[in-house]
Amino acid sequence: MSHHSKLEKFEDNWQTSMGGLQPDGNVLLRGKNIFTDLNEDRWMEFLLFAVTGRKDSNLARLIEAIWVICTSYPDPRIWNNRVAALAGTSRSTGVLATAGALAVTEAMIYGSRAILGASDFLYRLKARLNENVCLDEVVLCELKEFRNVYGFGRPVLSEDERVKPMMEFASSRGYGQGKYINLVFEIDNFFKQSRYKYRVNIAAVTGGLLADEGIKPREFYDMTTLAFTGGYMPCYADALSKPEGALFPLRSDRIRFTGAVKQRKWNEFFGMG
Amino acid sequence: MSPTISETISTKIWDEVAEPDNPFAAASCRCSGFDVYGDLLNNASYIDYLYLIFKLDPPNKKQSKILEGLAIALANLGPRDHAVRAAMNAGVGGSTHASALIVAISVGAGNLGGAREVFYGVQYWQACGTGIEKWRDLIANPPQQARLDVWLPMEHTPGFDPNGVNCPKPVIQTLEYLADIDTADHLKWLRDNRTILESKAGYPLAFSGLASAAFYELELQPEQAEMLFMLMRLPGAAAHALEQEKSGWRKYPFFSKGFKVTE
Repeated sequence: MSHHSKLEKFEDNWQTSMGGLQPDGNVLLRGKNIFTDLNEDRWMEFLLFAVTGRKDSNLARLIEAIWVICTSYPDPRIWNNRVAALAGTSRSTGVLATAGALAVTEAMIYGSRAILGASDFLYRLKARLNENVCLDEVVLCELKEFRNVYGFGRPVLSEDERVKPMMEFASSRGYGQGKYINLVFEIDNFFKQSRYKYRVNIAAVTGGLLADEGIKPREFYDMTTLAFTGGYMPCYADALSKPEGALFPLRSDRIRFTGAVKQRKWNEFFGMG
Repeated sequence: MSPTISETISTKIWDEVAEPDNPFAAASCRCSGFDVYGDLLNNASYIDYLYLIFKLDPPNKKQSKILEGLAIALANLGPRDHAVRAAMNAGVGGSTHASALIVAISVGAGNLGGAREVFYGVQYWQACGTGIEKWRDLIANPPQQARLDVWLPMEHTPGFDPNGVNCPKPVIQTLEYLADIDTADHLKWLRDNRTILESKAGYPLAFSGLASAAFYELELQPEQAEMLFMLMRLPGAAAHALEQEKSGWRKYPFFSKGFKVTE
């Protein structure tokens, strides 16, 4: 072990090319001046540039459509939205509602983990196909190793109603014919003809569309981190507009105790009763 | 229950009986069979109840003492701790108090000194126990992520401080205290083998590693340990956030001269 901490050289010393407030009052992001170079950007163009360093207004528009079409149902039954609605019904603040719901969106069966996982799977699948492994084998190996394939299968509903409108939008903008999105539907066909009940979900479709534009899994994850907020806020506002505590109240008898011992006393447990 | 409602919450932790005049309020609450307000309130300590909530049985004296010792050690890791720092940033800007705890958890959840590190640390204990050769092998050949996850891969051996030089005295003091508790076998083993493990990991033991051992000693699962490690560090985060809120941003480091944008 060394005799000095590695942290000493970083003490009061953060050097970055990402940007920040300059002594002259300008603000840089990746070398661009926010006030003069990026001031005409749409928010999604700005975010795409912040995350990837890319300036591409068409791609930003596609991502914006993903946010609108695929991520923000104002339905308080969906778990992340329900957090926002619970914050509303218990009269917490809007930002806390959003922060809580956002954290919850990093879920496995939907949201950020599914998004990251679907994109990662498509990249790994493509790499395996390039090694002349057949698609069926890669999919089955994934299932065997992980017992799921991100981007396929869905809780509550089996078919994903977002696929069609998203693909229609993508086609209208000249997207949707690339190798990754084609792979997504090849996998879907494989599942259709198999004994498995998985069907393509929107994480694979959007992952495929963006992989065709060179968006990597972690970039996709970053670009969709805030995507679901459009669902939280109406759920929060709706709950605020109703009486306190009115969101799906639970009676005591809706708690079903399944533990081993229904009643016992503390001191008797320790032989002191 | 209304005949049209069939969805319930199944739980081994909690049972309730409603007030006679209000089905939405509980008249009695039981935690794993114990009457919380009619029995535990009079007879159990907070630490015992904390253990009960997670383990569904009361702790024995050894377990209670370990958890209490750990709770004291972790309750405030001081203003340099990343999670506490995060909370203080909520304080100085006049953010909501809830945000101070949210950020303490968010920052204190990670792979470096955080709860995810403890999650992996307990997994290491489950895999290696007190087998020094197993530790040697696992440290040399750490598990790899088979597919991408929101959690980034570990950049160091869980439980050891990659920025450390030697094991800090508070970690050693806590380890010695916990290892002296009767039949705390894994903690005793860690005390006796700490320097060997440190030489294999290349870094000194950290509080996250000590906590991992203690949680393993308590037979907690990795995800339970992860939760408790976040929870048990909140008191310090809360208090420091409140203190800095009163003190204000002018008295809090902004690192004015420590930041440089390179082209």
